[in-house]
Amino acid sequence: MNPSTRTDPQIEPPSRRSAVRCFGVGVLGLVVASFWSLDLQWAQFLSLNAARSMGRFVGEFFPPDTSPVFLERVALATWETLAMSLLGTLLAAAFGLALALPASRQHEADAAWMRAPTRLVLNALRSVPELVWAGLLLIAAGLGPFAGTLALALHTTGVLGRLFAEAVENAPPGPAAALRAQGIGRLRVFLYATLPQVLPQLMSYTLYRWENNIRAAAILGVVGAGGLGQLLSFHMGLFHMGKTATILGAMLLLVGLVDALSHAARRAMTR
Amino acid sequence: MNTSVLRPAAPRSPAPTRDPAWLARVFWTGAALVLLWPLAVATEFRPWTLLEAQNLKVTRQFLSGFWPPAIEPEFVGMLAREAWRTVAIATAGMTLALLLAIPMTLMATSVLSVSALSGRMARLPFWGRQVLRWTLIVLRSVPELVWALVFVRVVGLGPTAGVLAIALTYAGMLGKVYGEILESGEPHATQTLLRNGSSRLQAFFYGLMPQNAAELTSYTVYRWECAIRSSVVLGFVGAGGLGQQMDNSMKMFKGDEVLSILIVFVALVALADRVSAGLRKALG
Repeated sequence: MNPSTRTDPQIEPPSRRSAVRCFGVGVLGLVVASFWSLDLQWAQFLSLNAARSMGRFVGEFFPPDTSPVFLERVALATWETLAMSLLGTLLAAAFGLALALPASRQHEADAAWMRAPTRLVLNALRSVPELVWAGLLLIAAGLGPFAGTLALALHTTGVLGRLFAEAVENAPPGPAAALRAQGIGRLRVFLYATLPQVLPQLMSYTLYRWENNIRAAAILGVVGAGGLGQLLSFHMGLFHMGKTATILGAMLLLVGLVDALSHAARRAMTR
Repeated sequence: MNTSVLRPAAPRSPAPTRDPAWLARVFWTGAALVLLWPLAVATEFRPWTLLEAQNLKVTRQFLSGFWPPAIEPEFVGMLAREAWRTVAIATAGMTLALLLAIPMTLMATSVLSVSALSGRMARLPFWGRQVLRWTLIVLRSVPELVWALVFVRVVGLGPTAGVLAIALTYAGMLGKVYGEILESGEPHATQTLLRNGSSRLQAFFYGLMPQNAAELTSYTVYRWECAIRSSVVLGFVGAGGLGQQMDNSMKMFKGDEVLSILIVFVALVALADRVSAGLRKALG
């Protein structure tokens, strides 16, 4: 006679059940504490007055400004934003690759004493968001897209450096071990054995970060780093809502274009 | 026996001491640099200006103001309150995003489609689902900073704008990835339930959820950690939290306060990263 599995308490181990319960209670507590401690103006947001003013606000966006003079300026800003994201991502890929070698452990007996400090540097670069980097670099690099490019490059170096280091550490060890057995130095082992193995994966990561960086580049201009963001904050500050609508449309098109290009490139690489 | 067969043949040419593909590599590197030239012009990329005497002086003055970091007790207490506020904005935003994303995912996923059980989805459900997917894409593509700028004008400065901006953007992101996770699983159990007359919600809870709960929760925890970083960025346009404090300190050129806030922020992100990694390991 088989015991009913539905009432058998040994089906799910008690430790996992209580862990899930603890997690659920913790999450609920965090959510309740968050809503309670923030002074959210629900009444102001959900009232009829607010709905009417929001409707009026959205109505000001139409019609978007499509005069040729302005469209030319938006096209120029779009090109600037695209160039910022491309150059920033490429610089970050180069620097990330340079930092990936010291940040990874090449084989089991590798002392890799540079690993911990390099990882610390990469984490610090990665933790500071691009906008904060741009704000800090404006002092040294001045207003304009140069500060934005550097900010993107610095932040993305942290991200890509860590991803590259992990890819290098997880690469199959055969070819590298064969070269090391011949007495080849660390750098050449990396260049001729590990790098050809992981290069498709590194390029895939870089293309994926480009998708993220085009969004970041579009908004870096809000602190003065050039491109569509600077144009957006300028016209929004003057309440030119029609022009703002055009700029937002250009942003959406640019992000969609880069997403499609990156997706197509990654699919072409893995074919 | 002819012993000449056993002798190894003399090598025809010595092994190359230089990379055999060096010419192609140098050529393509040069071509890439040439293509980078218009990008450098467009972004006004002039790294040597960083080392100009005047810029160096300004940078040195700015950096010298950073050390030592501001550690007055009242300032540190205020930073702790703002750090909690940042986490609260992120959590509240994620909660609203989930409230929006879960219904939209359930409606947009093709795994729960009854008309698709017979092979090809009917026209109306298909286009209904496409409309929902495009809505999610639009929500995802508008940068959250832009949403925050718009909401600050409607509801005023403060955390409400940040919560709403995070809610809308992350609803789009969560909706898209939830849909991908649900559709990449094994549909057999769900389809069997649907064929035997269960409602779509029942098919979701008993067919899709047990399979995908770990992956869905793992992604949600990862996105919560991203939301904390986003809410700092949103503070720059007035949505409160650590970002707004950093913006104030930067505008007043108080480098020591900026360094303190940066340290608190990096520590907060590292803590959230650790918590998130631990939770994901425990759940999956």
